[in-house]
Amino acid sequence: MNQQLSSKRNFDPMRKSLNTLGSSVAAIILALVICGVLLLATGKDPLAAYGKILETGLTGEKLLEMLKRATPLIFSAIAVAIGFKMNLFNIGVEGQYLFAALISAEMGTHVSLPAPLHVLFILVVAMVSGAAWASIAALLKIHRGINEVISTIMLNYIALSFIQWIFETFFRDDSDGGLNVKTTEIVPSGRMPDLVHDRLNGMFIVALLVAFLYWVIVFRSRFGFQLRASGLNPIAARTAGIPANQMILFALLLSGAVAGLVAMPSVIGDVYAYGPSSTPTQFGFAGITVALLGRNHPFGIIIAAMLFGFLDSTSAVLQLSEIPSSIVKVIQAIIVLVVVIVNEASSRRYNRKIAEQAALLPKSLDVSR
Amino acid sequence: MQAGSAKSSQTLSTESANIVELKNISKSFPGVIANRDISLRVARATIHAIVGENGAGKSTLMKILYGLHQPDSGTISVNGSVTQFKSPSEAIAAGVGMVHQHFMLADNLTVLENIILGSEPTKLGVLSLGDARKHVKEIATSIGVEIDLDLPISELGVGQRQRVEILKVLFRGAEILVLDEPTAVLVPQEVDELFTNLRKLVANGTTILFISHKLDEVLAISDAITVIRQGSTVATVSPKSVDRLKLAELMVGSDLPSHGERATKVGEKVQLSARNLTVIGKDRKSPVQSVSFNVAEGEIVGIAGVDGNGQFELCEALLGLVASQGTIEISGTDVSKLSIRERLNKGLAYIPFDRHREGLMLAASLWENGLLGHEGSLSRGPMIDVDSAKKSCREIIERFGVMTPSELVPAFVLSGGNQQKLVVGRNLAKAPKVLIAAHPTRGIDVGAQAAVWDEIRRSRDAGMSVLLVSADLEEILGLSDRILVMFDGKISAELEPKKATPQILGKYMTGAQ
Repeated sequence: MNQQLSSKRNFDPMRKSLNTLGSSVAAIILALVICGVLLLATGKDPLAAYGKILETGLTGEKLLEMLKRATPLIFSAIAVAIGFKMNLFNIGVEGQYLFAALISAEMGTHVSLPAPLHVLFILVVAMVSGAAWASIAALLKIHRGINEVISTIMLNYIALSFIQWIFETFFRDDSDGGLNVKTTEIVPSGRMPDLVHDRLNGMFIVALLVAFLYWVIVFRSRFGFQLRASGLNPIAARTAGIPANQMILFALLLSGAVAGLVAMPSVIGDVYAYGPSSTPTQFGFAGITVALLGRNHPFGIIIAAMLFGFLDSTSAVLQLSEIPSSIVKVIQAIIVLVVVIVNEASSRRYNRKIAEQAALLPKSLDVSR
Repeated sequence: MQAGSAKSSQTLSTESANIVELKNISKSFPGVIANRDISLRVARATIHAIVGENGAGKSTLMKILYGLHQPDSGTISVNGSVTQFKSPSEAIAAGVGMVHQHFMLADNLTVLENIILGSEPTKLGVLSLGDARKHVKEIATSIGVEIDLDLPISELGVGQRQRVEILKVLFRGAEILVLDEPTAVLVPQEVDELFTNLRKLVANGTTILFISHKLDEVLAISDAITVIRQGSTVATVSPKSVDRLKLAELMVGSDLPSHGERATKVGEKVQLSARNLTVIGKDRKSPVQSVSFNVAEGEIVGIAGVDGNGQFELCEALLGLVASQGTIEISGTDVSKLSIRERLNKGLAYIPFDRHREGLMLAASLWENGLLGHEGSLSRGPMIDVDSAKKSCREIIERFGVMTPSELVPAFVLSGGNQQKLVVGRNLAKAPKVLIAAHPTRGIDVGAQAAVWDEIRRSRDAGMSVLLVSADLEEILGLSDRILVMFDGKISAELEPKKATPQILGKYMTGAQ
């Protein structure tokens, strides 16, 4: 009995989470060491560089910037993670959020609602637009069997040109003689209030909320179970009566809806409009990295997004002390690689350990049942 | 050495009588000791059988001999010299060839191309098919195999494919042939043909290591039998000195489970009915053609057949995984237009052919695996009721004797037999009206097999209808109330289990009758 209890404790999923967390921290330290070697090789002092990063990054102002930069990464990474959970690679977050940004920014100028409802309206339009763009890839996969990796990459290119055309033809605000390359500004009732004046807006709270909802839906709801089952073993899921095509559609719609929120911190929290130069790009791809680093877990994603936000926030300062700011990108890339490798190795070791423990149990040889 | 001594005495002066000697081989995998101090001596030009239950360590031992695994300790000698094979190619070079349970052939290449694949004879860098053809023909004739070398593999039956595998190994110059469960995929008539070929091979001087757990075959073909149980050698015996029962006891270490007569009667009410069920194939002919049958309450209808004669597609059609024509009724309701989930909700349950492919999420915990297909009943509103799901899984573990530390471990840590018990338990737990059981005991040990059979019988006694699809004739004969034989997409015969024998079944299964 005692033996059984102790082995039960060893199989606790909590231990697995701790295992993952520990190996992630170890991996980040290892990545910093590797980067240090790289810096040394280029004739820079790694300790000075890291010192500079910590020194500037740990000020109140920079920590707020870290949260601000983390916000769109959280949305983007969760959008990607929803797909990953059922083995769908939504590479199209980029196109989905830019499309959503344009549509919601424009729609937001055509309604007149009291403040909270106006904001909510724009967010809903953004989510619906993102989902709509993602649905193209879903329908292509369901009806024509086209791999979503291919279709979402292609749809990114289509989105860029399509958005540009709509923007230039219909939505561009020419009221000031064409100097302003943006849509019409959203009136104050449709703007997300700031948490800290001019430094951090309410979208950060929305991001945390979305992360929480992601956890509830994917890890605790029936739909989420069916989604994960379809990802873990699509054939077994189908055999158990989970409709495969429906799951593909729902997963991509949900992923697209969250993707629709990626540019919202800018659209309703900062610029109050869509503009080809003011609306941030490339977050769709960064989201893939952050989801990978966060192992598709909401908590992991938030931490990973903050880590990336932190490194991004310090990159400008580094340049001042003659360290190329691109070192930040190198650190980010190396962290991701090392974390993925170390996590893989440690989860293998963990799996081997529980397999060993399970094998120590008496074998079933009782024929006389 | 017993039977082989006469033949090998001529060469005894130059070579050892034992062509293969394994001494004190041990091999463990994480958590599992597969081989423990195994010693084995195989006389030249004999058929040496290695028998044991699934998981006893037969395959591991042969993989060590073939260089696929390296032993933790112990020595291997081939032809009298101690060797260590780091890879199969080294084993092949030393004359050891292996035919695996699962064939490794390229479907779209011809027989000849498959045989020479990997060791193509060339002249000045150009493939010389002519020489190869001549050589392959010689080998084939010498062991009495007749085969058209220009047919694509896709047009061959299972027995012929196996012959191709054997020719492939011989073409590479193998003197020692390891056959891993060669008869598992064959019907009785094909087994006889194979044995004829094997006897000719031995007469030509080849040594054969024959892995099996089918005792009748082992007794019929081998010159010596080594029994392995739980990783250790139990005994090496001569087939003349033992009978089937003795061998089985050596293998299992206890008495065999018996089938026993059923105490309950088959009911009147038809619970599963198929009428003119046809599945249209993707490219060629229909895998299932106008199949009709009924299964009554409390009845087990066995579908016997060689794999690939439409049983798989039949199950998929009944479940709704593939589109079909004709009608399917569960308790009198036509379900042929319903979705899989709706059919399952009508009381259908399915133990799939391949538990890894169709049954389990190996990386997920047992309770999540137990939940699969039961999400509807184990949730509260839109949320999964985690506590109930875990409790329900613990009940399955308890009732079906799944050996596991808890319901929290991932499914991959369990042995095949315990994984299968979980799949069976998941399906029987909700007391379905109709169970489709496809190979419910394939690849699991005798103990687990007995447990699964018991549970199926118990549910049958409670009124469940069972469609049992199996290639294991012992299973079909032991469980079924009625046997249908499926051949080439059609039901070729209906038999009573009391009157059927493996030989009669085999005839129908191959379409000979």
